[in-house]
Amino acid sequence: MASITLNHIVKKYGDGFPAVNDVSLDIADGEFVILVGPSGCGKSTLLRMIVGLEDITSGDLEIGGKRVNDLAPRHRDLAMVFQNYALYPHLTVYENIAFPLRLTKGQYTDTEIDSRVRNASTLLELDEHLERKPANLSGGQRQRVAMGRAIVRQAQAFLFDEPLSNLDAKLRGQMRTEIARLQRRLATTTVYVTHDQTEAMTLGDRVAVLRRGVLQQVASPRALYDQPVNLFVAGFIGSPPMNFLPGRVEGTDLVLPFVRVPLDARLRAAIGDRELVIVGIRPDAFEDADVVAQDKRGSGVTFDADVDVTEWLGSELYAYVPFETDPAVQQQLEELDRELDGEGMRTQLVVALDSLSTIRDGDAATLWFDPASVHVFDPESQDSLTRDDEKAAAIDAEAAQARQRATARAKERAAREDAKAS
Amino acid sequence: MALTGRQKMWWAVITVLVLVYALFPVFSILATSFKLPGDLTSGRFLPTTWTWENYTQILGPDGSARDLFLPALRNSIGISLIATLIAVVLATVAAYAIARLDFPGKRLVLTTALGVSIFPVISIVTPLFNIWRSIGLYDTWAGLIIPYLSLTLPISMWTLAAFFRQIPWELEQAAQVDGATPMQAFRKAIVPLAAPGVFTTALIAFFIAWNDFVYGISLTSTSAARPVPAALAFFTGESYFEDPTGAISAAAVVVTIPVIVLVLLFQRQIVAGLTQGAVKG
Repeated sequence: MASITLNHIVKKYGDGFPAVNDVSLDIADGEFVILVGPSGCGKSTLLRMIVGLEDITSGDLEIGGKRVNDLAPRHRDLAMVFQNYALYPHLTVYENIAFPLRLTKGQYTDTEIDSRVRNASTLLELDEHLERKPANLSGGQRQRVAMGRAIVRQAQAFLFDEPLSNLDAKLRGQMRTEIARLQRRLATTTVYVTHDQTEAMTLGDRVAVLRRGVLQQVASPRALYDQPVNLFVAGFIGSPPMNFLPGRVEGTDLVLPFVRVPLDARLRAAIGDRELVIVGIRPDAFEDADVVAQDKRGSGVTFDADVDVTEWLGSELYAYVPFETDPAVQQQLEELDRELDGEGMRTQLVVALDSLSTIRDGDAATLWFDPASVHVFDPESQDSLTRDDEKAAAIDAEAAQARQRATARAKERAAREDAKAS
Repeated sequence: MALTGRQKMWWAVITVLVLVYALFPVFSILATSFKLPGDLTSGRFLPTTWTWENYTQILGPDGSARDLFLPALRNSIGISLIATLIAVVLATVAAYAIARLDFPGKRLVLTTALGVSIFPVISIVTPLFNIWRSIGLYDTWAGLIIPYLSLTLPISMWTLAAFFRQIPWELEQAAQVDGATPMQAFRKAIVPLAAPGVFTTALIAFFIAWNDFVYGISLTSTSAARPVPAALAFFTGESYFEDPTGAISAAAVVVTIPVIVLVLLFQRQIVAGLTQGAVKG
């Protein structure tokens, strides 16, 4: 097990385009780090540079404190799970898992190999499939074989390249928790690439958001959600995504398409002397004004909106409210939407309401939100103006502590189970 | 999908029809090869008396067609094997490049290969005859191997390139991450997957060379290089008035045997589907 350090890593292809540009990232021993971003942001390239399948144009890559830029993949002692699993079709499940051990030539005896393979297969519940060929396995089973091949070697670190993207939704959820459980138990340094933000938010100790090869923010999932550094991170993290509205300062009010928000001290400090800002409000910051408790109601603002479409999902209700955006920020928001793999469709407000809400398609609804939950972004630099660094650091520290406790508990439990088994 | 009784019946009828259509000539030749000369015109499918006479005629120690057949058999085996070997080695290298690398002129190579293979053999054979005679390749093994390559190489390249494209090359990288050297990765992860394709291609190439008649009869004059299909045309009966049909049938059966043996031997390798399951199925 080892830490991984990326120091100003750059990857340029033949045409000089930097697929990965000046990425620096410290991954601590035993940490679970997610690389996330829309397609083409360079996250897979970065992972492949770590494992050694892509050359590093410039910068230093250290594993366990040793510079490994020029080492071949086999000398880096990393285990990788590929998106397509990359199982060896001519070998049985057993031999697939044993493959990395057999390559070490004489380092392991046959009995050692056997016990390790069987350990891995028990951990992944593959015992009854050991003699089958990959072609006869289901997607989830193949996925587990690929993980078995990764863990059997007890490598310095695990690298996952979108391992769940070929599975259907239900299986993906199951495998996600399985990977989390496995990583807690083995406490192996893990780098995990995904474009699925549910995976990013649930699995990672820390999440690194990439945009066009540039690292935007590295933080715990909670800090990313609460304290994004810029418009891109705010728009990428969260589902449904954060609403971006043009905000114009008029006197003591911030004028949004639906409502005038009185400027409080926090917003005034954030906006400064700007006249136009981009305002971000999470869908779940809104409430149906009818169901907001009276004492809470006073602290927020209410406004009327014509609901176009509603989506009832059982646990919550999404309401969509179309609006005309300000031409001054329209182009920027459209560009952002495209970058986030969107289609640049109509501008609309997405509101997540309680599932008991009676609002239906075409209703005129009265909605409520608390200005304290509002993010404000500079329309030029796209940086967040309301980000609270201290608060973000506190959230990160709390997440790190929670993680330590979880790892310790997982180790204790594993030790208990081992003691019981033997 | 479960078939209804009616569908099953139709499948059975179609299967029988196809089998009869494909195998009737084979059985006919087999039956003829066991007939006595006098039996040939009897109009019956099976011989009245079964005899090995035709086989002793072509293979036996003092068979009349022995000197014609045995050297031809040796030529056929040697020439076809060498042509196949060269074709497969060259085609493997070419197809690997076509499937995995991007280089200028890639499409040109493929279309040229296709163009060569659609040329009618008979249109090339006359000029070849003249050239071969003047440069001394006429009636030699090399004189047949070279034109056979022009038949076998294009098809080998096309089938192998198509096959190589399907191989999940990611496996090579996976093996390297698992601790293999580039050579080990190729040998342990890719070769086992490529082998069935190479075998299949080799068989196809071998059959093309083995079955050729036009080159065989045009570019040879003696038993120094004449292959079996050509040699059959030189069989004669006991007398001028007697057809050598029996001996020809026996020879045809003998040259069919290696083909059958090869197919049976490599049946397992030919069966595709080995690559399934490596990537998402």
